[in-house]
Amino acid sequence: MSGTYLGMPAFPEAARDAVHDRTLRGNLRHATHTIRAKRAKAVAEVSDWAELREAGRRIKDHTLLHLDRYLEQLEESVTAAGGTVHWAADADEANRIVTRLVEETGESEVVKVKSMATQEIGLNEALLEAGIRAYETDLAELIVQLGKDRPSHILVPAIHRNRGEIRDIFRAEMGAWGRPAPADLTDTPAELAEAARLHLREKFLRAKVGISGANFMVAETGTLVVVESEGNGRMCLTLPETLISVVGIEKTVPTWRDLEVFLQTLPRSSTAERMNPYTSMWTGTTDEDGPRAFHLVLLDNGRTDTLADEVGRQALRCIRCSACLNVCPVYERAGGHAYGSVYPGPIGAILSPQLRGTASEIDASLPYASSLCGACYEVCPVAIDIPEVLVHLRERVVEGGPVVRNGNKVVLKPARGHAAERAAMRAAGWAFTRPGVLRAGQRLASRTRRLHPRTLPGPGRAWSASRDLPAVPAEPFRDWWLRTRGGKNTPGPDAAGSTGEDGLK
Amino acid sequence: MSSRDRILGRVRRALADVPRDDTPPVPERPGRYPQYEQAFPRPYLREHGARDVERTVELLAENLADYRAVVHRADEEGLPMLLARLLAERGARTVLVPAGLPPWWLSAADATHVPDRAASTPHELDAVDSVVTGCAVAVAETGTLVLDGGPGQGRRRITLVPDHHICVVHVPGQVVASVPQALERLSPTRPLTWISGPSATSDIELDRVEGVHGPRTLEVVLLR
Repeated sequence: MSGTYLGMPAFPEAARDAVHDRTLRGNLRHATHTIRAKRAKAVAEVSDWAELREAGRRIKDHTLLHLDRYLEQLEESVTAAGGTVHWAADADEANRIVTRLVEETGESEVVKVKSMATQEIGLNEALLEAGIRAYETDLAELIVQLGKDRPSHILVPAIHRNRGEIRDIFRAEMGAWGRPAPADLTDTPAELAEAARLHLREKFLRAKVGISGANFMVAETGTLVVVESEGNGRMCLTLPETLISVVGIEKTVPTWRDLEVFLQTLPRSSTAERMNPYTSMWTGTTDEDGPRAFHLVLLDNGRTDTLADEVGRQALRCIRCSACLNVCPVYERAGGHAYGSVYPGPIGAILSPQLRGTASEIDASLPYASSLCGACYEVCPVAIDIPEVLVHLRERVVEGGPVVRNGNKVVLKPARGHAAERAAMRAAGWAFTRPGVLRAGQRLASRTRRLHPRTLPGPGRAWSASRDLPAVPAEPFRDWWLRTRGGKNTPGPDAAGSTGEDGLK
Repeated sequence: MSSRDRILGRVRRALADVPRDDTPPVPERPGRYPQYEQAFPRPYLREHGARDVERTVELLAENLADYRAVVHRADEEGLPMLLARLLAERGARTVLVPAGLPPWWLSAADATHVPDRAASTPHELDAVDSVVTGCAVAVAETGTLVLDGGPGQGRRRITLVPDHHICVVHVPGQVVASVPQALERLSPTRPLTWISGPSATSDIELDRVEGVHGPRTLEVVLLR
């Protein structure tokens, strides 16, 4: 089972081990670089990418700004089509609902499609406490589950494992869960996939209950959409008698036609394919085809709190494609586990602190897990301005202020540990509004520059540990301007006429 | 207070800053949003590039093959022989036949017909060698087949559990260029399965491997 994320250390500590793990670094580098180039090629095939991206952004924004209306409509459509809709305000409630629904079928095992939402609420663990075994059926989720590991990527949860490690996990663990791996299993991907096929098939064929998430829910028709590659989704959605889908409320889109945008942008952004191998769409239940009972559990779990933030709410546009992870220099080096959440990478850095609040050490540190390079915004198929939200969340951590938690307005206290930063910023603000003070300070800095340390003392040490301090020039720019009128008369500040050690003319 | 009311209340409070005069239009009749469509100009393309019908069919064949489907062509006269040959080459002793599949398609095949029945167990399906179906629509730009459970297509599971799927596409009648054009032709009230090549995974080192849980061999017959 995947471990808990409670009590995770702050991102820098969590990332330190990962950065020193050569195997992990190699695995991540290989995988992210493989997919980056492919994605660029898949996107370049589509001449109207910018328009599709803009349409996706607008559809999602419109939905979020009228989410109450669309959720009511979705409930009505799903119910009319033979499904049952449940509402879960938080993880505990969702787990209780799903556990009860499974218990009512009398079954003690379920098959699962890969679902971020059920990972987020810890559904497998909750089911296990009730004596129900949940089998993950996505290849990577299986690798994670067998290895008693945690997912580290939205699309490819076992991205941190290479083929050799996967073979070892299959050999050691498959027997305890069901059909063992063949004794002579090699590490070729095709053989590993075959071993998973055989191991899981017996589970699919006898499963009476399937649990899924969904990529999209169409309010106007009540249709749910699951986009996948392997066919395990189709197995779980069509073979069992009962289907339970746990879906975040932000996965709603208004109309059937809106799917034409996301079915073009999602596959190309995530697996860099023109189209993923399998997409399933179902509306309630169908006579004599697929599950006889369909339950939809609509999950809040921090989403309405996120919606209350005018800057941060754009994170709810996310369609979980993972393109931002694959281009992120920080993710590539730190790996997914350091983010302490099922949502790693840039999107995780803005989603987790909003869904869970910034009270814990890990969540308060996540907005800083970025160099603000902007590559994530470039590739995002729904144009989430991740750097903008990161800066906004950093401000919230440092300054505190009003936020919504569990539906209630609360005022955050400024975070501990940022006192030096706050003091420095306040001092800078004070000096910048007083030209005389600024000039005096700059002259002092220039004259004492030979005495400056290479690293900062005290609270600045962490900052300068990974950065070079900028060199101080021989004289402030404004003094140079007064003296030379912009280079018209050029004797230097020293009699030797030097231009300063940093070579600025 | 129910969780439903609690969540909807939270949504409304969260959106207190949003002017509510642009509320979503109420549908004139279910499933139609003329105002929504007017409020949402769709500046993206209905299809990519200008192709004639022949070229669109060619593109479908290219993209199917690119994702490892095996593409064949046949006319009505040659179809029974082609299907018989594909099943024989595969060594298929049994073939699943969905309701409404034209009987002449499999008139030359030796394999024993297994009807698609609601009562069949998944284990019975697992014992079948091959399945032959038609489709509702095929998308050229993406190399995708869409099945909607209509005549000759059967229940969703029959194209999933057997390891060998032969899908017959009427060309050019069932071929559209793009995803938007496909959605126009499909009905959300039917269960839909979009298939682009055999099942695949990128889960091992983000490298694509074909053949996981669905049919590992997908053959497509373009029928004139």
